[in-house]
This record gives sequence, C-alpha cells and structure tokens, in this order.
Amino acid sequence: MSTRIETEGSSTASTKRSYGPLAGPTRWIDDRIGLAGLAKKQMRKVFPEHWSFMLGEIALYSFVVLLLSGVFLSLWFDPSMVEVEYQGAYAPWRGVHMSTAYASSLDLSFEVRGGLLMRQIHHWAATLFLAAMLVHMLRVFFTGAYRKPRETNWLVGLALLQLGIVEGFAGYSLPDDLLSGTGLRIAEGLMRSIPVVGTYISFFVFGGEFPGSDFIPRIYVAHVLLIPGILLGLITFHMLLLVYNKHTQWPGPGRTNDNVVGYPLLPVYMAKAGGFFFVVFGVTALMGALFQINPVWAFGPYDPSKVTAGSQPDWYMGWLDGALRMMPALEFTVFDWTFSLNVFLPGVALMGLLFGVLAAYPFVEQWVTGDKREHHLLQRPRNAPTRTAFGVAGITAYGLLWISGGNDIIATTFGVDFYTITRTLRILIFVAPVLAFIVTKRICIGLQRQSAETVLHGRESGIIMRSPDGAYSERHVPLAPEAAYALTAHDRPDVAALPPATDHNGVAAPHNRVQHARARLSRFWYADDRQKPTADELEQAHAHGHDDEPAPELDSAQEFQGVNELGLPRRH
Amino acid sequence: MSHDEHRTGEGATEGGTGSHPVGGAASVPAKPVHDGHRVELRVGDPVADPGLGTHEPRPTDIDPAAEKRAERQISLLFAISALLTLGFCVAYFAIPRDTEFAGTNALNLTLGVTLGLALLLIGIGAIQWAKTLMDDHEMVEMRHGSSSSAEDRAEALAAFEQGADESGFGRRSMLRGTLLTSLGVLGLPAVVLLADLGPLPGDDPRKTVWAKGVHVVNDVDGKKLRLDDIQFGQLVNGQPGVFFETEDGEPLYEGTELLNAKAKASVVLVRMVPDEIVNAGSAAKGVEGVLCFSKICPHLGCPISLWEQQTKNLICPCHQSTFDLADGGSVVFGPAKRAVAQLELGLDEEGYLIAMGDFPEPVGPSFPEFYQD
Ligand code: HEM
Ligand code: FES
Repeated sequence: MSTRIETEGSSTASTKRSYGPLAGPTRWIDDRIGLAGLAKKQMRKVFPEHWSFMLGEIALYSFVVLLLSGVFLSLWFDPSMVEVEYQGAYAPWRGVHMSTAYASSLDLSFEVRGGLLMRQIHHWAATLFLAAMLVHMLRVFFTGAYRKPRETNWLVGLALLQLGIVEGFAGYSLPDDLLSGTGLRIAEGLMRSIPVVGTYISFFVFGGEFPGSDFIPRIYVAHVLLIPGILLGLITFHMLLLVYNKHTQWPGPGRTNDNVVGYPLLPVYMAKAGGFFFVVFGVTALMGALFQINPVWAFGPYDPSKVTAGSQPDWYMGWLDGALRMMPALEFTVFDWTFSLNVFLPGVALMGLLFGVLAAYPFVEQWVTGDKREHHLLQRPRNAPTRTAFGVAGITAYGLLWISGGNDIIATTFGVDFYTITRTLRILIFVAPVLAFIVTKRICIGLQRQSAETVLHGRESGIIMRSPDGAYSERHVPLAPEAAYALTAHDRPDVAALPPATDHNGVAAPHNRVQHARARLSRFWYADDRQKPTADELEQAHAHGHDDEPAPELDSAQEFQGVNELGLPRRH
Repeated sequence: MSHDEHRTGEGATEGGTGSHPVGGAASVPAKPVHDGHRVELRVGDPVADPGLGTHEPRPTDIDPAAEKRAERQISLLFAISALLTLGFCVAYFAIPRDTEFAGTNALNLTLGVTLGLALLLIGIGAIQWAKTLMDDHEMVEMRHGSSSSAEDRAEALAAFEQGADESGFGRRSMLRGTLLTSLGVLGLPAVVLLADLGPLPGDDPRKTVWAKGVHVVNDVDGKKLRLDDIQFGQLVNGQPGVFFETEDGEPLYEGTELLNAKAKASVVLVRMVPDEIVNAGSAAKGVEGVLCFSKICPHLGCPISLWEQQTKNLICPCHQSTFDLADGGSVVFGPAKRAVAQLELGLDEEGYLIAMGDFPEPVGPSFPEFYQD
C-alpha cells in the first residue's frame, strides 16, 4: 500500500497533461489523500449485466430511501411513553389518553405536511428492502454465487437479512399503536420462553413488566442509530468484497472463469445504477402516495386488553407467526423449571435453525463435493439439481409457515375451519418439502437431459419431415457454436475424485466413516445428474443419424445475437 | 488490493466469429474456433469457446438523426421531472392539509405523485441515456485469484512472527497471563453495568390487582355489574373496579402503571345455564352460572376475544388457541398448553359481582419459574 502511494505522489507531480476544469480540485485532493491510484483502477471497472443482479441493488437503494425518509420522521417523532390527552387534528381520538409516541405518529400523519407521505414511503421501503434482500439471497443461492471465494459475502448478507428483520420489527413497534403493541406482547412472550433465564431477559428488556415505559425509547435508539449504523458498516463491507472479488457472470461465449465481461462503472453503470436508484425511490414515493400502509390512526393507541381481529404482522414476520400457530402445545416442567417448547421452538429456535442452516450451506456443499476451486461463473439451477431441490424444499417450508400465519384469513375467505387448515399444515410441513425436493430434482435432471439433447442433436425446428420410406421425424436445426457453448460452459463435477464408500471387498472401511459418509453424500448429490455431453458423445451424435440429411438451410448461426439472461443465445 | 487490473480495452476483444454450427451435420465439434483470444478447448468439454460476439451497432450509433432524437427525448424527461418537482413545492403550500380527493388525502396524493414521477423520470432518463447514447462496447477485465501471492503471505506471516517475537508475548507467560486476565475481566463491567436495565422479576408476574372484594366492572364505563347485567350466552369484558376509582380526584391507576396492571388483570365474564357447565369445580367458582376468566392468553398474552356462543369456546385471535369455558377454560385446540385462569366470583351485600381473591396461578404466557413458589 505504502509503495503505491509513493509512486502515485511522484507521478502526480510529473503529470504534464491538463484535464480541464477538474485538474485543480483533483490535484488538490490527490496531493492530500492520493486517491488517483485507486480511482484509475476502479472508475472503469467492468460489471457484468443481468436482470437478476439488480435485486441486490433494489435492496441497497431502498436502504438509502429508508435512511432519508427515516431522518425526516425522526424530526417529529417523539419516542416517549408519557401519557397525554390527544387534542390533535384527528377527531376520533380527541380527548383519549395515549402515549406521546402514538400522538406524535398521529401528528406526523395529519399535521406535518408530507409526514404521511414519508411515513408511507418509509414503511413501503422497509417492505421492499426485506423482500429485495430475500429474493437477492435466493438468486445467490440458486446460481451458486456463494461458492468460493464469496462465502464471506454470503455470511455478511445473512447478517444483513437478520438485522433487517430486527430493524423492521423495531420500526413497526415504534408508533405504539394497537397493532404494534400486540406484536410486542408476543415478542415479550417469546423472551419468556427462553429456558431458565427468560423471565429475567423480559424484565431487563422491558425495564420491568410488560409493557412498561422503557421499551419504546430503548428500541428507538436501536432503530435510528445502532442497527442502521451496523447495517451501514456491513453494507459497505458487502460492497467492498463485491468489488474485490469482482461480480460473478453467466457463462457464455467469451465469458470465462478468468474474466469479467460487461460495461464500465463510469459511465455506463454510474448512469444505469444511479438511474435505477431514482427509479426505486420514485416507485416507493408513488406507493406512498397511492397505497395506504399501516394506518396507525385506525388501530388506536395500545391497550393490552384490546386486539384487532385478523391482525397481521408485516410480511417478513409472517412465517414466524405461522410457526407459532402451527406448533402443538408442547410444554413441560422438570425440577420446577418450565420449558415452553410450544413457544421456544417456533418462536426462537426456528430463526436460529434457519439462519444456521443457511450459514452452513456453502461449507457443507464444499465438503460434500470436495470442490475447493474458485468459482466466478454462475450455475443455472438445473445444473445443480440437488442444491436447487434443497432450495425449493426450503421455499416450500417457508411458504407453508407463511400460509399458516394467515390461517384465520384463509379460513374466513374460503369457509374452511382453521382447525382443519392447521392440522393439514402440521402434516404438510414435514411431507411437502420432501416431495418438493424429489420433484424439483427430477425436473432439473429432466431439463439437463433436454439441454444435452439440444447440444447433441440441435434444436427442434417444429418441421416434420417424411422420409422416402415413410418414416416421420422432426427436423433438428443445428445449434450455433455460441449456443452450444453456452449450454456446455459449466463445470463438470468431479464425482470420481472422492473415495468409494466401500473398500475393495465391498465392506465399509471402519476407519474412514466420515469419508464414507461424505462419499455417499457426494453420490447422492451428483449420481443422477445428466452431465453435459462429452466431446466423444457429440462426435458420435453427429456420426449417427444425421449424415443423410441435407446441409441445413436454417443456419441458426446467422441468427445469433449474443446471449440472453440465462446465457442462452438471444434470437429474433 | 494488490492486483493490477488488465483491461483488454474497448472493442479489443471483438473477434470475428465464423459460423460453425455444431449439432448438425456439417459441424466439426471438437475443433476450437479461432477468434484471436481463446482457442483452447477445455478437457472434457464438447464445444470450444467461440469468443465474444461482434458488436451490433444501435440505430443511435449509426444514424445521427436517431442520436439527436434520443437526446431530445431524454432531455424532455429531465425537463418534465424538474417541472414536477416545482409542482411538488407549489402543492406543499397550495393544498390544505385536510382536503379529500378520491377518498384519500389530496395533499399526500399530490406530493407523492409529483415527487414519485419526478424521481422516476430522472431514473428512466439516466438509464435511457446509458442504453442508447453511451458507448455499449462490452469490455473484458481479467480476474485474479482472491488470495494474495505466496510471497506476500510468507512476508506477512514473517512480519507478524517478527513483531510477535519482539513483543515477547509468547515468551513472557506471566505478562501474557495477567494482561489477558485483566482484559477478560473487563467484560464483567460491560455486563454488570446492564443490571439496572430492569428490576428483578420477583413476585410481579404472579400477582394482579385482583383481591377479595374488588368489584368486577364493565371495561368501558367502569359500572359495577350485577348478575342480571349479563345475559345467558353473552360475553362481557370486565376490569377490576380499582382502575376506575379515584382518590382526591386523581385516578388510582394511570399511564404505564395502568397498562402494566391491565396487561394482567383484564377478564371476561360469561353466563351459562348451570347445566351447560361440565366442570363442577369451575362452576363452583362462579355465581349462578356467571363465570370469570382471565382475558390474557396463556400462550403469548394476546387478549382472547373471539366468543363462539354455540360451542362455549373462546378463541384467541393471535394463534387460535381455543378454550372451552364450559369446561373450566381448558384448551381444546392450538398452541397454548395451560387452561385460561379462572377468577373466583362472589357478590357483595348489594348484589354486585366481586372477586373472591387473586387468580390461583399466574396469568399470561408461561415463564421458566411458573410452577415454582
Ligand atoms: C433498514 C432500515 C430501516 C427499516 C427496515 C425501518 C423500518 C421501519 C418501519 C417498518 C417503521 C414503521 C413505520 C410506520 O408505519 O409508522 C419505522 C418507523 C420509524 N423509523 Fe424506520 N426503518 C429503517 C431505518 C430508519 C432510520 C435510519 C431512521 C432514522 C434515522 C428511522 C426512523 C424511524 C422513525 C422515526 C419511525 C417512527 C415513525 C412513525 O411511525 O411515526 N428508520 N421504521
Ligand atoms: S397469544 Fe393466544 S394463541 Fe398465541
């Protein structure tokens, strides 16, 4: 590092060429902090392009929108639990006793011009932030973008998602309306369920009994300072790692594991990404204008003896609520200590389990497959059937929990009683992910076969041919080399590299249980895959069958127009 | 970031890709296609990398009129955006706060729509600019392994070892031990200092304001209740009378104290035909079929509020725990383990409902010490 700055300093001094009006200021800055060395590299840094790479961007920009709208809100919002008699603009609650926090939320909604807009932008952006992070994570998962060397960034991303959930819940709690109070009531119950120390945790967090007057001011500091600060730091780190490791790309003609093909940061990505920020901001502003969200005035101030029927948490908490609803009543007492597993398992442990599994996944996969190489090319989901199947099984479980979180709404909407729904879900939560796994893996392998067929025999043209002896066959259009390459550019997994599960006598070797488990897992991972065709297969396919066909008139190579999102050739 | 970035430069990688169809009859698959850059076929791969395709010029690249048109269109987007932002400022002052428009607040709608469209147009304009007018030659940048070079690693380790050695941290075990201890102990104040976050639980979770003689009153107006105020099959929300009592004009309970007390003491009253009550012990705690149960769910503390008159079931709206009030509040369904607590009722001399004491067990969610005393 130090040597770099020295050389930079001398080169700046010897620069003769003038760069117009920017020369002065850049010279001034560079003389002091010597950024030219970094800037010259990074300004024209190449980023690959694909729609799915924008998901993380959406998360980033909605975070910026949250910072901006949140600062506005904090100028008027007063997180105090002091009781006041409301005398503000919203007539239905005049004369009612409420906390200052709730009253200031009403003031923000009815008396501060633009306040309601900012509240709604803030809440919509929060919803979007979490949705974008989740979908971005799924993108990274299903394309294998978390593989070496990006495991660190996968972990940072998981931390961001968790903190985002906590931050969102904290914000949801601030206005101290009936809905947010109900959410807190449940959160307090979750704390109590923590074995042995639960009561103490609850008392320390709430400053005594629920609801008390300490929690909202405390969570306010966490919401506006502590968590956003950590989020900001982690996001910065996330971005730095992204720049350092460079973005992954889809395989395709000219796109290899050793390069990045795309457009330069300056000007193309500056314009596109910068423009996209304004699009995200604009969309959240329009949503804030057109769609009501969290109308706190309609719920009334928090009162522990009241509840609104059909009350729902924000979407990202829905799955936890659903898990609580689905869980049977499992609670027992040993040595006078009560263990409320009916609450602890779904409410506390499940979150830990989910994020634990997600955090471990890249390392488990690496261990099972023995793949320690660096990967910069993304995989199509079909080319990693086991991973894709795990992912779909996880989504299925998540979806069922989420459905369970709305079981009362489903019950009233469809006229089924919620006992039936809940009992069904209790079974499905175990059965459906397994089925989803099996079905997904089959589908992936089927798609792999289809890809292999296409490579070997070309695309189906839809043209039916009748041979002189009366047989019908479909004309296959040969693939352009770019298309064939895109379909075969992924790695061929090295199943054979692992030791066999049994020794040469067919008996499990006793010393090497772990290795055997690993070999078995590895076979489970890969054995059924249809690997991409080998060069020999391709040659054979050409030798057979097609020799008598006339040279193709449909020369698809002429139609080749680059590759589309999936790395497949784009055509008109 | 010790790696140099090699840029192949704009356009430098365009290779003239010949059309070599594979998969059809005429192709020679295993032969690499030469494009001046990558020619080698990876072992085991059926098809060689044909290299980057040629750059397709856009209309704006070749037609100056199209270029001018695009520039004008994008400028128009930016100009409209500026107008909308000015419109936002005008609306801020011109539209009164409480005007209704199409069922929503007119000010909110106007501010949001003008701001939203203004931002959107800037965004769309910038993206259009990049797409139609900025150079769209793909560039190639080489990657380098994420790790440092072996020499760097060795040097870093050597530097660390030298530093560690010069410090004597490894050798001077007494210094090391005492330093680590003193640092470790510093963790204690960080925990100890948090002790005042809250009082210790003590008996608080076990007690409510209910006591012998406290009136059960209507939760809205605080009126004392007689048996006749509750009809058969009806569910009435109740509160302890003390919440509505005053001393020298000051309420006994207010603010946080009232909320904390309410979070444990809220009750519901039901009246059933005595024959319908299947649990004799539970019936005995009531008066002539009027029973009083805690309104706070033993699952996670939501107020249990949905009453099914036919089945005598009380359902919690939060996770649908269902309690049979004809059977002592026992759990029929759902994640709650314990029956909802019952408050023993009596009548005062004037025939108003009173509590005969506090709940026999803590109300609300379980906690680890629940069954201790
Ligand atoms: C990742 C970041 C954030 C998320 C997910 C988030 C989420 C939320 C949510 C869901 C609410 C409830 C909004 C409502 O309907 O009233 C809220 C309220 C609030 N947030 Fe945030 N927020 C974030 C960052 C911030 C920041 C950085 C600040 C301030 C610097 C802030 C300040 C506030 C304030 C003052 C409120 C209360 C306003 C009210 O409800 O009247 N937030 N937040
Ligand atoms: S709080 Fe009543 S069922 Fe969960």
